[in-house]
Amino acid sequence: MSTALASSAGLGDSEAPQTVAGRPGLGSRALHSPTFMAGAIMTTTIVALVVLAPVIGRYSPVALDPLHPLSGPSGLHWLGTDELGRDTWSRLLYGGRTDLQVGFLAVVFPFCFGVFIGTVCGYFGGRLDAAVMRVVDVVLAFPFFVLIIALVFVVGVGTHGIYIAFGLTDWVVYARTTRSATMIARNLDWVAAAEGGGLSRTRVLWRHILPNTITQAIVYSMSDIVIVILAVVALGYLGLGIQPPAPDWGSMITDGQSFLQSDQWLAILPGIAVVFTGIGLSLLGDGLADVLRPE
Amino acid sequence: MTVIEFARHDLAPPLRLALESHLCRQQGREWESEDVWEYQAAGPSSDKGVRTVPVGEVTVLLAPEREERSALGHLASPSLRYVVRRILLSIPVLVGVVVVTFLLLRLIPGDPARTLLGVHATPAAINALRHQLGLDEPIWRQFWAYVYGLAHGNLGRSIYYQAPVSSVIAPCLPLTAALVLIATFFAIVITVPMAALAATHKERPSDHAVRVFSLMGLGMPSFWLGIILIIIFSVDLHWFPVGGYGTTFWQHVHSLVLPGLCAAFAIVPVLIRSLRVGMLEVLGADFVATARAKGLRAWRVTFVHVARNALIPTLTLLGINIAYLIGGTVVIERVFGLNGLGNAMLNAIDLRDFPVVQGITLIYAVGVIGVILITDLVTARLDPRLRLK
Repeated sequence: MSTALASSAGLGDSEAPQTVAGRPGLGSRALHSPTFMAGAIMTTTIVALVVLAPVIGRYSPVALDPLHPLSGPSGLHWLGTDELGRDTWSRLLYGGRTDLQVGFLAVVFPFCFGVFIGTVCGYFGGRLDAAVMRVVDVVLAFPFFVLIIALVFVVGVGTHGIYIAFGLTDWVVYARTTRSATMIARNLDWVAAAEGGGLSRTRVLWRHILPNTITQAIVYSMSDIVIVILAVVALGYLGLGIQPPAPDWGSMITDGQSFLQSDQWLAILPGIAVVFTGIGLSLLGDGLADVLRPE
Repeated sequence: MTVIEFARHDLAPPLRLALESHLCRQQGREWESEDVWEYQAAGPSSDKGVRTVPVGEVTVLLAPEREERSALGHLASPSLRYVVRRILLSIPVLVGVVVVTFLLLRLIPGDPARTLLGVHATPAAINALRHQLGLDEPIWRQFWAYVYGLAHGNLGRSIYYQAPVSSVIAPCLPLTAALVLIATFFAIVITVPMAALAATHKERPSDHAVRVFSLMGLGMPSFWLGIILIIIFSVDLHWFPVGGYGTTFWQHVHSLVLPGLCAAFAIVPVLIRSLRVGMLEVLGADFVATARAKGLRAWRVTFVHVARNALIPTLTLLGINIAYLIGGTVVIERVFGLNGLGNAMLNAIDLRDFPVVQGITLIYAVGVIGVILITDLVTARLDPRLRLK
């Protein structure tokens, strides 16, 4: 996650010199966008919490405390314990660590591959483009979650299954948005000027078109991480995702569901963590859209 | 109107005048300012059936009367043509979906038969399953057998139940269909008023409230929302059953209210956002200004003039997002203990019953293709502009 923030900030720096005189730079636009700032603060908070889990977690997420099972909040266990006496606060932090890490890593390959194939298809068109777009149509015909479940089932349950399933399916939206952005950019005057100036197609593509088309993919990647985290948590809930004993928000909700009558917080708290993360990343995405595309 | 196909459609006005008067003289009449001329950029195929007329130094390409060159040209009405074309367009997707579900088996690492049966299976059992799945045949024969079976309504044979997959799936279909229907209904009922509220009160507190609401929805796992709804409305208030489907029609509807709400929430935030933008566009249109200028009341303008025109984009959006909604019902069926398609799929996964998982995946995709096709046709019926594109 911290890498995502760093890379988007890095992009801001590299684009700064290109800004037209009189238009405020990316940095100051970011500071003046309440949406961006709220999203950045929420996301940074949650990333800091899960990164610092070993420091502020107090207990190991798998340490059992048989003397205090299903205990309420106390000085000993801030948010109480589950049925095995495991500390809920630690499990929340470590669970978030797993889910955010898996959610972020699962988006990296689809992002890179989708942007690459979308750019190539949009610029060159032709048979490759037609073929790739048919594949995109087919993948989008499946209900997203059904395809993910089926793929995780066939390639094997667990983290590597999640990476493969998302790697095979999630690139299509990036490919489609980048393709249409590239097709528009290809016909613009400054691209014609760059081509007419004698620059090679590769250089025009990666140095002139891509920096302008990638913003859409970056903005979408924020909501995509939310979708992927939701799917990872849902897979965990179904027992198809991150496998125990590794803590995960989804399996915490499954475990807590058995105690709805007596200890509702066990199922509610992990959900609140997911919602908080989701709101933070969505705001960040909206804010990025405002900052990167001011008109 | 005369259509002129030319290498450039943005011809400079003096050249246009020269060209037009030349063409008029050819037809034996004078150039008149009332004539309407349309310039089109000549496509790469313009050498076919096009007359060339030299005008001064440039050569003009004149297009003949435009003919319907489509293979469907003999179909009389344009709307029928649209329907046929739209149905034909979904066939390649259908073929692709069949290929993908067929390849699922190939993605199982190692020997699929061994993997599915587990480490304690006897070699005889593994061989039997390998034969049942057709793994002892070359891949093209397998694919042909799969397609041939599908064409005859045969989705394969369940490993666990030793019965046709279709007989395992069929009893689950009505429940999932009903759930999707109710969820779609809720999605519309929640989206339209909230988007209208946000659009008519742009940048005001109610707009921001709607925005916070959709932000929360975006990050909320639907199965978790289901658990919360069960805690509030089933465990505490006893308004709805905790799970199950009941036996009578009204019990069915009653037990699908909470699951339907959950499934709807998966797409409501996205729908609200897009519909709000769509409504803002309609609100700026001339006919809305006219309606206001006529002195109509604000609610009448919003709900009669604006909402009616915003209905079409809503339907299109629903079509796009319905796949996501349907995917969400898988988990929701598990939460509410509903024996629909999703639950059947998860049970089959627990039993490692591959043909059932494969069959259900295919049914889901075919369902989505069908729903999108229907929404497209309905939208085209509502909006004649789309048919002409």
